[in-house]
Amino acid sequence: MAETTHTDITPDTPLDGGISALDEKARLGSATVGRASIDGFTEEGERLPGGDDGTEQLGFKKHSHGNAPVIPEASRGERRRSFDLADFPPLTGQEEDWRFTPLKRLRGLHTDDLTGPAPAIEVTGAGNVTVETVGRGDARLGKGATPEDRVSAAAWNAFSEATVITIPRETVAEGEVMVSITGRSAEPAAQYILIRAEQFSRAVVVLDHGGSVALAQNVEIVVEDGAELTVVSVQEWDDDAVHVSSQQAKIGRDARYKHVVVSLGGDLVRLTPSSIFSAPGAEVEMYGLYFADAGQHLEQRLLVDHATPNCTSRVTYKGALQGQDAHTVWVGDVLIRKAAEGTDTYETNRNLLLTDGARSDSVPNLEIETGLIEGAGHASATGRFDDEHLFYLMARGIPEKAARRLVVRGFLTEVIQQIRVPALEERLSESVERELAAGNL
Amino acid sequence: MSTLEIKDLHVSIDTDQGNIPILRGVTLTINTGETHAIMGPNGSGKSTLASTIAGHPRYKVDSGSITLDGEDVLSMSVDERARAGLFLAMQYPVEVPGVTMTNFLRTAKTALDGEAPSLRHWTKDVKTAMSKLRIDADFAQRNVNEGFSGGEKKRVEILQLELFRPKFAILDETDSGLDVDALKVVSEGVNREHSKGEMGTLLITHYTRILRYIKPDFVHVFIAGRIAEQGGPELADRLEEEGYDRFTTVEA
Repeated sequence: MAETTHTDITPDTPLDGGISALDEKARLGSATVGRASIDGFTEEGERLPGGDDGTEQLGFKKHSHGNAPVIPEASRGERRRSFDLADFPPLTGQEEDWRFTPLKRLRGLHTDDLTGPAPAIEVTGAGNVTVETVGRGDARLGKGATPEDRVSAAAWNAFSEATVITIPRETVAEGEVMVSITGRSAEPAAQYILIRAEQFSRAVVVLDHGGSVALAQNVEIVVEDGAELTVVSVQEWDDDAVHVSSQQAKIGRDARYKHVVVSLGGDLVRLTPSSIFSAPGAEVEMYGLYFADAGQHLEQRLLVDHATPNCTSRVTYKGALQGQDAHTVWVGDVLIRKAAEGTDTYETNRNLLLTDGARSDSVPNLEIETGLIEGAGHASATGRFDDEHLFYLMARGIPEKAARRLVVRGFLTEVIQQIRVPALEERLSESVERELAAGNL
Repeated sequence: MSTLEIKDLHVSIDTDQGNIPILRGVTLTINTGETHAIMGPNGSGKSTLASTIAGHPRYKVDSGSITLDGEDVLSMSVDERARAGLFLAMQYPVEVPGVTMTNFLRTAKTALDGEAPSLRHWTKDVKTAMSKLRIDADFAQRNVNEGFSGGEKKRVEILQLELFRPKFAILDETDSGLDVDALKVVSEGVNREHSKGEMGTLLITHYTRILRYIKPDFVHVFIAGRIAEQGGPELADRLEEEGYDRFTTVEA
């Protein structure tokens, strides 16, 4: 096993504003030194299958940014955002933001008309929260989010009805808002959900995905000034499901936003959660947990867009993989724009390979356009639970299966605990146990 | 009173260069209350013996036997051996991601005893044992061995020895990499447990200095996978003066 490594910014991080990479490193170093990361883990995420025999070299390695020849955008902030499908050329798989996604398994979400029936939505809990079904002409839709890729734009143009969940001004939701989303068709479909946390409101909204789908989904999230909103997106789809979801949040002044992703089931799940600061003083936490089994592709691409001063963001994503061709992708883009003075940000991704044959890609990107920030850093670590770990635990009397569970449970619990909905935490812990059992480890 | 009996043990490992024999007929009997020191130069097979007793999958037993009170140890899985009362303090304890010391110790104790320890006593036992080994209290909340120094890892091995109370402890170069203070603390831990009279100790070491703190009843000198000479504590003194040269010369 290799030593712990962590990095602050990558040498190829685009830097603007006349600050040299060296200056950035020197100044940012303090934000990362001493960060606890998992020992026995390497920062290297993009490892070719078969290329790892568990004897990684010791010491620091810089991130590699994939194996495909990719021309990076000048800035993440310049990526096209549009409601017009024609603004996004048909996908080839060479695009920076699609290069890890197996397009063939998208079931036509990127090529076909999304005319299938949208998954059924049932909202329960919190009686003081408003739930409406509205037509696509509703003026509130699309105010806080703009599609950033072809599938999202296609979904915007295809949905007929949207679900709007509003936590009224200065209202504290009475319990969690449970949004049960149940797929029942494999035809490519579109769905639109708008979650609005009005000023000074407080709520936890759980999007609970299950069943079978080929779904292109946009979840628009508006967190108004002073509001406190948690959105949990749980993917416990059936084995054949394909789910591509843009979950963009616009964050108001002094707002608190927490986004939690839990991806367990589905053939291909690709989430693009974004947090876009629109006013100063806000705080964002983004957590994710994914557990890929044989053949599963679980991808998450995050964006934290610091466009305003004095905002804080923390990103923590953890993934476990087991089985042949289990594949996870995590790309974390953090953009600190010129105006975002006083920004404090840190993002972490950790992956645990439980068996051979699995692949985890991890790409943290940090782009800094102003030097006047509190701190900025990122870390990515991918390691494996190997025979030596197993031997150690078993040599203390712990049977093999229990040893594996002990490690995975400990590894993933940190994220589950962030949900703060006890019944859901318990259910998801059980789901993780089932995943482990299913892996027949 | 228990007996760990090793008879004519032959062990090899598979490497890219083919199968390499390491132990070439080791016979050794340890009883409860006895301390046996195994000494020898690098590559003589000392650590292989330790790992083989614990059941590390890398080592292939070609012939011979290991029994614990007549039970066939070699047919047991690694965890079964631990539950039967064998404990290996590892030379290089691994760091286990995601598992706190507290959780690990309780899980292991539960597995070893077949029932969960009484929470109140257990917490106190852990605290006391940690403080005796001068392990910082906040280690309990850290992940197993994660970021621990070499010396801290060795203390944590002995912490487990004291908490798990095995019938036989195999200490695989527990002294290596320790400074004098840490060596004393670790030796005291082993002596505390040994003095309860319910444990046999197999102490594997390259150097004689730990034998100043842990007094062996028997000393066995390992050369090229065999016991080349054995005797009482006086043999260790002679090794300290003469080194292993006399054996290796004969071997060559």
